[in-house]
Amino acid sequence: MSQIRALIVDDSSVMRKIVERSLRQAGLDLSSVIEAGNGAEALGLLDSNAVDLILSDINMPVMDGLEFVRQVQTVDKLRNVPVVMITTEGSESNVVKALSLGARGYIRKPFTPDQVKEHVLPVLGL
Amino acid sequence: MSMRDIFPESTIPTVVFDRATWPSLLELSACEVFDIMLCTRLRAYESAANIKEGEFTALVGLAGSLCGVLSIRCCNQAARTMAGKMLGMPPEDVDSDSLDALGEIANMIAGNFKGKLSGVGNHCMLSVPTIIVGNDYETRSMSGGKSIETVFTFENNPLWLTLELHD
Repeated sequence: MSQIRALIVDDSSVMRKIVERSLRQAGLDLSSVIEAGNGAEALGLLDSNAVDLILSDINMPVMDGLEFVRQVQTVDKLRNVPVVMITTEGSESNVVKALSLGARGYIRKPFTPDQVKEHVLPVLGL
Repeated sequence: MSMRDIFPESTIPTVVFDRATWPSLLELSACEVFDIMLCTRLRAYESAANIKEGEFTALVGLAGSLCGVLSIRCCNQAARTMAGKMLGMPPEDVDSDSLDALGEIANMIAGNFKGKLSGVGNHCMLSVPTIIVGNDYETRSMSGGKSIETVFTFENNPLWLTLELHD
């Protein structure tokens, strides 16, 4: 499995650490992990950091995850980077909206490492 | 932006449920979060716990077809233990993450609960968590709504879970 550069976007630092641990438990070889506390901060990091995978919460201050996904899709170099939402906002309408904006997957909190594996590996073609 | 901007009035369904089931759904929501994220089984608090104690309280607001506030309150030791279990580290090694962890747990319980109420999830939003640090405070509902409260035992410490609903 090739090395993966991941961006984790969540306003909870604890959740960012849990997501990173779950990715490693899923068997991903993470060469780098960068973290952001909201969508705006994440877009700033993406200006100067290339990533292969983005995992994002929805309910965040400053810029929420749905707006973040929408803006990612407007940037040519980011359009093909898979985005997987990890959120408590697991209503059907949010799932549909996130997927329509360009998200490739959706994980509801609380989640198990197996669920992360199940939803993340396919979007990476693994 | 108001809730009416987000959910035009005609799209907000009137929530007509048997609220008698809500206490058990709230308990189930909490137990699932602790079971999945902390690998811990919550138990009902066995002795009287009428006086709320605990210097940390996490609040998550609900707005839309279901309006109210969910809160979870516990002591410092319990919050540190929660964070430690979530992060896989000893409680004594946890620093400010204990507040963050408590907020995230409240967020997940609120999300899990509303997801169990058929038809509510699409029309109810959650706020980002707010943390209160300190013991000497009280809350008062201005709308005269109902309150659901459960006291759990978590690692020998009481844990208050409250859902205050606005009518």
